[in-house]
Amino acid sequence: MNTSTLTLAKNKTDNSKKIKGSEAVLKCLIAEGVETIFGYPGGAIMPIYDSLYHYQNKLNHILTRHEQGAVHAAQGMARVTRKTGVCFATSGPGATNLITGIADAQIDSTPLVCITGQVPSHLLGTDAFQETDVIGISMPVTKWNYQVTRAEEIPFAIARAFYIANTGRPGPVLIDITKDAQITEFDFEYDKCEKIRSYHPYPELRSGDLKAAANLINKSKKPYILLGQGVQLSGAEKELIQFAEKTGIPMASTLMGLSGVPVDHPLYVGYLGMHGNYGANIKTNECDVLIAIGMRFDDRVTGDLKKYAKQAKVIHIEIDPSEIDKNVKTTIAINADAKQALTGLIPLVNSARYAEWIEEFRVCDVIEHNKVIDAETHPVSGQIKMAEVISKISALTFGEAVVVTDVGQHQMVANRYYQFQNSLSCITSGGLGTMGFALPAAMGAKVGQPSRDVIAIIGDGGFQMTIQELGTIKQNDLAVKILVLNNNFLGMVRQWQQLFFDKRYSFTELDNPDFQLITKGYGISAQKVSERINLDQAIHDWLSCEGPALLEVVVDQEENVFPMVPSGASVSDIRLD
Amino acid sequence: MNSQKKQEIRDFTLSVLTEDKAGLINQLTIVFTKRKININSLNVSNSEVAGVSRFTIVTRTSRDMIDKIVKQIRKLIDVLGAFVYEDDQIFYQEIALYKVPTKAFINGNSVENLVRNSGARILVVEEEHIIIEKTGHSKETHDLYQKLEPFGLLEFIRSGRVAVSKSIRKTEAYIKGLEASNSNKLSIKDF
Ligand SMILES: Cc1ncc(C[n+]2csc(CCOP(=O)(O)OP(=O)(O)O)c2C)c(N)n1
Repeated sequence: MNTSTLTLAKNKTDNSKKIKGSEAVLKCLIAEGVETIFGYPGGAIMPIYDSLYHYQNKLNHILTRHEQGAVHAAQGMARVTRKTGVCFATSGPGATNLITGIADAQIDSTPLVCITGQVPSHLLGTDAFQETDVIGISMPVTKWNYQVTRAEEIPFAIARAFYIANTGRPGPVLIDITKDAQITEFDFEYDKCEKIRSYHPYPELRSGDLKAAANLINKSKKPYILLGQGVQLSGAEKELIQFAEKTGIPMASTLMGLSGVPVDHPLYVGYLGMHGNYGANIKTNECDVLIAIGMRFDDRVTGDLKKYAKQAKVIHIEIDPSEIDKNVKTTIAINADAKQALTGLIPLVNSARYAEWIEEFRVCDVIEHNKVIDAETHPVSGQIKMAEVISKISALTFGEAVVVTDVGQHQMVANRYYQFQNSLSCITSGGLGTMGFALPAAMGAKVGQPSRDVIAIIGDGGFQMTIQELGTIKQNDLAVKILVLNNNFLGMVRQWQQLFFDKRYSFTELDNPDFQLITKGYGISAQKVSERINLDQAIHDWLSCEGPALLEVVVDQEENVFPMVPSGASVSDIRLD
Repeated sequence: MNSQKKQEIRDFTLSVLTEDKAGLINQLTIVFTKRKININSLNVSNSEVAGVSRFTIVTRTSRDMIDKIVKQIRKLIDVLGAFVYEDDQIFYQEIALYKVPTKAFINGNSVENLVRNSGARILVVEEEHIIIEKTGHSKETHDLYQKLEPFGLLEFIRSGRVAVSKSIRKTEAYIKGLEASNSNKLSIKDF
């Protein structure tokens, strides 16, 4: 050892101070810029909660009513801020209750650090009280996980966790900390992680790929941009608009990509996938060059892959190499961050206009308006329709709210009709389709963006999956606006039963409780509307409430969402009725 | 490669370099089980670089699928590198042990000849049984198995495949390259 390393080592010990593992966890979080933790205590994580008692002025902890609520809230917060969401849970059932949210975050690329308590290390493998192999269970659904059994490992593990969770393609990380590691004292020192030799999250952009892509684009007659969540994850919204405006190429969005581009942008042609727009879907099979940006060709977007964009040359801009050529074979792969790739591509592409090609989309729009949209958004008789409720809310909020949707018909309708104007505004469980996501995620979104309007749109089925989070909303006075679109059915499943199972409504009808009464029981204001003539006033009153408020709208029971690409069909076979 | 060749089912050998950490074998097998693909053999050992383990995995599948699997494996945080080989790109061996009753040798010397002619060797001679060892490809060790069977073979066991590639690149240089670069692991093509 030479003298300089000797002094370095000496300085290190001088600066450090013996603290318990549990306190170290909190110091690490503060060092990572964490402000809010969503969590739920229990035996194996009690030392951390005890340390938290002394850190209440530095860290905001929100006690949810279920660990699933905590993880979805952390997701909601992460999605509206691009920061890493953090949640705590105890061992055993606490940890297993996180799994759905972790799986959701994994498939929707949401950065999370989940910290679970674990039984003391000498009891590992003994089937001790509340022992679960959460490392084993979470392995397939985390980007990385790690079990800490010694206090000294805490800074290393947490520093890595934050680095891994929110670099490259983001994802959830789980750190499991045994109780003995939480109570042992050690010399604390924290260094942020900046490099892991086995992990290279930002692929090098290759100029050859950019040139080849630009060549293809410059020669194309009917180019078409498909944008995914990657655009928002990489903060490439401006670059995308610049690229599209220079090249004049029309663009459509996946569900997860929604709000990446303002819906009223002249080049925006709609939403892709099973319940997306008519033109946006069928034109995928008519374009000559497909430019996919930060999206992964999910089966809900592509339908039958054998009949998907076969005529087109495909340029795929994607940060995760394992997504390239996974579902759709690319002509040119640009394995890079979307923002970096677009920045490199803009100077290489020619200015162009595709008036006739874009006109084809507009013709489809007219068809979709005539067959679906007008009747859905402006019905004159019959029961209230989901689409008219969403359209009214969209108009009243100028498309500027954060819209957090649950899973089902209301999700598809909300995302079809809400006129998103701002980025990071469409928060939904896209990949996993997790019912129960919206209420807790909306609560997290409100914590992350307190000055924005946050609206949770939920079905009567999904509402009852995480309804207990009304308690969290009340206790923390989170001004979330909750819309329950009540059709007394598990609507989306009922729709499939009607269309594909000869109307055998097998266990999809719900005998619902009084949602107003329940919500009021939690101390949150609530109202219900079932007549069209009262709808405007009800929406207005609800949105003008100061704090959290629920609006239950009784909607048409057997309404179906169209257009629809039946599962396994080609996008060209999209049905309008 | 034409698309028919890409679909053809055949043997692939994966060589995976990882950090020496608990749980990696789980992470690797999850990639296979998620796609319901069988692992035919798996061998773990230290590599020539301290702290780096090498997994050698043999599986039967298509080129299309193995390319996807390799990308998923490379995505695992603690994986340093993953490389796919077809049989003609590697030197590989398996080791087989055969336990035969000693009395099979007493009745003439046909077993001894068999052992000698098969390129096998006698590892241990005990009063009750003799242990024969043979290194080779699975077809060869299987041939010997069939020949020994009539003599009352007591036990047979074969190891997983171990393989070295025909490339002359060094693992150490590869790891150094990773440490130095910020680039994507994929650009380091074969190894
Ligand atoms: C946790 C979970 N269980 C089951 C499903 C399957 N599923 C998808 S949509 C749906 C119906 C949702 O009903 P509801 O919440 O009332 O919304 P609606 O479709 O009526 O708008 C069901 C059961 C799911 N997505 N998530």
